Amino acid sequence: MASKVIMPKLSPTMEEGQIARWLKKEGDKVSMGEPLAEIDTDKATMEMQALSNGVLRKILINEGESAPLGQLIAVIGDPDEDISSVLNEAPAKAATSPAAPAPAATSQPAAVDANGHARQAPAQSESGRMIVSPLAARMAAEAGLDLRTLHGSGPGGRIIKRDIEAALSETKPVSAFPRAVEPLRFQPSVVASASPYRDEPASEIRRTIARRLVTSIGPVPHFFLTSEIEMDRAVEMRRAINALDPDLKISINDIIIKVVASALIQHPAVNASFQDKFIRYYEHADVGVAVAIEDGLITPVIRSADQKSLSQIAGEIRELAERARSRKLKPDEYTGATFSVSNLGMFGIDEFTAVINPPEGGILAIGAVTPKPVVRDNEIVIRQIMRVTMSCDHRVIDGATGAKFLQTVKKILENPLYLVV
Amino acid sequence: MPTITIREALNQAIREELARDERVFLMGEEVAAYDGAYKVTKGLLNEFGPKRVIDTPITELGFAGLGVGAAMAGLRPIVEFMTFNFSILATDQIINSAAKMLYMSGGQFNIPIVFRGPGGSAFQVSSQHSQALESWYAYFPGLKVVMPSTPADAKGLLKSAIRDDDPVIFIEQERMYGNKGEVPDDPDFTIPLGVADVKREGTDVTIVARSLMVPVALKAADKLQEQGVSCEVIDPRTVRPLDIDTIIESVKKTNRVVLAEESHPICGVNAEISAEIMERAFDYLDAPVKRVSGADVPMPYAKILENLAIPDVERVIAAVREVAYLD
Repeated sequence: MASKVIMPKLSPTMEEGQIARWLKKEGDKVSMGEPLAEIDTDKATMEMQALSNGVLRKILINEGESAPLGQLIAVIGDPDEDISSVLNEAPAKAATSPAAPAPAATSQPAAVDANGHARQAPAQSESGRMIVSPLAARMAAEAGLDLRTLHGSGPGGRIIKRDIEAALSETKPVSAFPRAVEPLRFQPSVVASASPYRDEPASEIRRTIARRLVTSIGPVPHFFLTSEIEMDRAVEMRRAINALDPDLKISINDIIIKVVASALIQHPAVNASFQDKFIRYYEHADVGVAVAIEDGLITPVIRSADQKSLSQIAGEIRELAERARSRKLKPDEYTGATFSVSNLGMFGIDEFTAVINPPEGGILAIGAVTPKPVVRDNEIVIRQIMRVTMSCDHRVIDGATGAKFLQTVKKILENPLYLVV
Repeated sequence: MPTITIREALNQAIREELARDERVFLMGEEVAAYDGAYKVTKGLLNEFGPKRVIDTPITELGFAGLGVGAAMAGLRPIVEFMTFNFSILATDQIINSAAKMLYMSGGQFNIPIVFRGPGGSAFQVSSQHSQALESWYAYFPGLKVVMPSTPADAKGLLKSAIRDDDPVIFIEQERMYGNKGEVPDDPDFTIPLGVADVKREGTDVTIVARSLMVPVALKAADKLQEQGVSCEVIDPRTVRPLDIDTIIESVKKTNRVVLAEESHPICGVNAEISAEIMERAFDYLDAPVKRVSGADVPMPYAKILENLAIPDVERVIAAVREVAYLD
């Protein structure tokens, strides 16, 4: 019996999903639990599994296209079953969209063949069919390997498991997003002599960033507090710790997170969020750390950072950031922070203001540590100076509350021994 | 645990079940006064008397039918065929009566009967006396088909077969009666029908083998281990119902399969297993499923030709090396 495949809810805030890649073609057999497609949600690329056994009869949403939650995106059924009644339930747009030129088509000419069908992968080797064992084909699909680049060591050139294993050990798996390496094609503007342009569908994550930030800066009354912090002792502490064990690789940012967490515990009014009818105060400091990724940014969370050692924090951030960049974070790894830190110091930014990630009460924007002349005891001396700007949600944090918190951050960073007392 | 032969293990199973349940009785050609053509029923006439251990005339269709009738009347017959080659004469009773009675009587008559005896090849008894007929019987809904490969399996499975409420075809192997192994002497020791046994664990290739092919597969696995190939050997033990799940699980691990059997290849049990693997584990296969079967000819009488017609260790090794892409 035909069963509908609908756009599933793969993250807590997801409202629609974009098909990054179909892992099955029309006509392929699928079994329950088997990966069917990769879906770009608003936060990450998630695998969608088949919920029934049968054959993937019809794909209604092509790669690069989006569908809202609950929309029919494919049909699984018996090979010869009449699925027209199920297809009739599909919204008219979805049913016709495969034939409509998707925006992405501009950079992928001739994605549709003479019969109007989306073209499958290009033909295999010129000598004839490509021979692949079922296992090798599946392993290649899962790893995102292009079989055409492989040499088969089995009889008749059959690509077998060991060929895939060899390829995987040689190279990192090819990105699931090959469009980035295709040459960019621009189309001329309708305005004379204006710059040519290209339109690419906004990714789910980009649209989520847009939507979330608008809901932040609009309804959340931001105000900003800036402070200048002398970082010489923190820099020295970092150097001394890493001299003990180079493998620790503690960064200034790790120290800042640890200090912020410890200051949050001392100022519970800042470790809080406005929830309309009540204020929510948090027991621990779950610190979100903004990480830039190819298509936007994401804030993996260091849970209970106040209770973790510097080396734990450093290790966790490295691991989370790495997975954030390959878009493998699970939703509970990037949601539910109580406060965030955003650092653009590595880009040479002296100071900036960051946008609060609701419902958090604040975010600390970190600038670069640079040597600057300052006045100490009526003398001009050179100190390592860092400027930080805290964005506060005025509904929960008042000016003086935020200022006291920032004072504590400054005090600890200027005398990091406070961390151990 | 005592080490005994398959012959003795079968004898123990029958003796224990005759003693356990007075509805159980044994009949067949030479089973009583002569102690059985292969001495499987040795001593049973003395112990249980002529009402429980009965010599029949050479009338396979007749005494098979007598058994079905006795089962309908509430007894639990064990019918011995001197060899399964002679069961061919009794197939009308086995297939049309025993297998279908429960269904055609609307559930009124269970047929708790065991048809047992040696099957497969022996030593130079030629075409008519060297046949592996399991696929015949496994074909029919209503029959269970059991093929043990060790003394413990023989005893545990035969006891389960005798206690089963449905007709069971229990095929022993003529060449294996003298094979020895440890067997529990607990009278309550049974092995459930329909459960495969992993005779050897391995990671590279799964060999599915039953009956005579189990020791062959195990020897092949030993030699292949020396060549660096780790084989998993699975004995389904029951051809129907077939424990396909255990086989599929193994195939998902090893990605390569060799199916060994002494019967003919066409429409054989391994053709069925191969199809099941293809349907259920296609995406896990790294090589085509490879069958090693008996030659597709009537069994030759000449010793050299007979040896060539029965799969041996070398052929199993060659098949494993082929699916492992080693040659």
